[in-house]
Amino acid sequence: MNANVGDVPDPGNTPKLVAAWVFVGIPLLWGVWVTLNNAIKLFQ
Amino acid sequence: MDFLDSRHSVAKPGFSRWLVPPAALCIHLCIGQAYAFSVFNKPMSQLLGITEHVPGDWSIADLGWIFSLAILFLGLGAAFFGKWVEDVGPRKAMFAAACLFCGGLFVSAIGVSLHQLWIVFLGYGVIGGIGLGIGYISPVSTLIKWFPDRPGLATGTAIMGFGGGALIGAPLAVNLMAHYKTADNVGVAQTMGTMGAIYLMFMMVGVLIVRIPRAGWSPAGYVAPTASQGLITSRNILVGEAWKTPQFRLLWLVLFLNVTAGIGVLGQASLMIQEMFGPRLLHHLAGTPEAIKDLAVAGAAFVGLISIFNMAGRIFWSSTSDRIGRKPTYMIFFALGAVLYTLVPTFGHMGNIALFVIAFCIILTMYGGGFATIPAYLRDIFGTANVGAIHGRLLTAWSAAGVAGPVLINYIRQYQLDHGVAKADAYSITMYIMAGLLVIGFICNFAMKPADEKYYAKKLAEVSA
Repeated sequence: MNANVGDVPDPGNTPKLVAAWVFVGIPLLWGVWVTLNNAIKLFQ
Repeated sequence: MDFLDSRHSVAKPGFSRWLVPPAALCIHLCIGQAYAFSVFNKPMSQLLGITEHVPGDWSIADLGWIFSLAILFLGLGAAFFGKWVEDVGPRKAMFAAACLFCGGLFVSAIGVSLHQLWIVFLGYGVIGGIGLGIGYISPVSTLIKWFPDRPGLATGTAIMGFGGGALIGAPLAVNLMAHYKTADNVGVAQTMGTMGAIYLMFMMVGVLIVRIPRAGWSPAGYVAPTASQGLITSRNILVGEAWKTPQFRLLWLVLFLNVTAGIGVLGQASLMIQEMFGPRLLHHLAGTPEAIKDLAVAGAAFVGLISIFNMAGRIFWSSTSDRIGRKPTYMIFFALGAVLYTLVPTFGHMGNIALFVIAFCIILTMYGGGFATIPAYLRDIFGTANVGAIHGRLLTAWSAAGVAGPVLINYIRQYQLDHGVAKADAYSITMYIMAGLLVIGFICNFAMKPADEKYYAKKLAEVSA
């Protein structure tokens, strides 16, 4: 079995990894922010 | 189109498995828009009248069928195409999901422009619904293969995206409709077309990023169990056998009951808070400086708040299940859920908005958690070989619950109102019935045990066939 051959991720992947998480993170955080802003008024 | 084949998406050495959850999120954040489809209901009921509903405009009741059809076809699409998704791999499946879901939005935009409701049913309900089903399951088995050490966390991340998709889809649609709105056009068709284009690009990024691990790969330090431990099997049951097992039926009921209770409340949350706390909220909101001017807005704010907990619960509970086990996690869902549903009417009678809201926030974390933890539960019971296809068939429970939940809560409420029960009290019996459903779910989950020996695939060749 050739397990663990690719276990150590290439450090060159880091920018790609950051870009991918930022790409999905920004719209998600925007959605949470807008929703929270509306919801918080319920308790003001 | 060769690059869509699974042989072209095998990860090269050095690939980071943490790139796969964002790929899955690219799909789920988009298809999760389905939960926010109701933002189109009011403008779509005024396509002719523009500022008000006029004769000839579509009714809200008719428009409600669009979402119901989409959820029905989500379940059917996942069930029918689950095996195909396993066979062709995540890249081709995600590509198909993007084309179908976004194509459904484009067709719906045409239906809205022509004012033909059947085209919208076909577009968003049928074509988009099948895209939802394929998209929902497409990254699940891939994530489980990349994260054998933390399957709950991995699938929870993706399925959290489905909950988060509503948080993006609702304000995006509202802003786009405001942008496209003119004196003689509510802007729905243009909004659907634009959203289809944006989502198509976003989903294609996921198609490009996703990779499957090569045969024999495992994460550093992970030792695959060689023997079954409790409910966690080290072998495989194939989809053709899995659905015949009592375990599949119990899990179907577990998902169905958890979703029925949650979806019924989610659909009625806005009305419930308005009817239970109406006078108090009006007084409460009167002093706010901002834009909240009426109860409907307060109801929408409440729905938004519990949607955040619905999303957060998906990642919280699924990762918790990696530590405490799937069965105990569902035990908590059903036991705590039953207690909270029973207490909600009391909180209403006490007039305590804070306790009411907290109870629903916790309930919604467990509703989301139920969705997010089920793929890992399936992996535990049936193994990894066909988990995507088995998950697809299990999602028919969601379709059934999508009909049963709202019907139960609506009809019981109406029955009580017809018999003179005050509006503010009308939800009490419904809450007790939901608590009863959760007790049945507790019993189903309690009865879960490893599958009988006869169901397991005998040979490795059978697994890879």
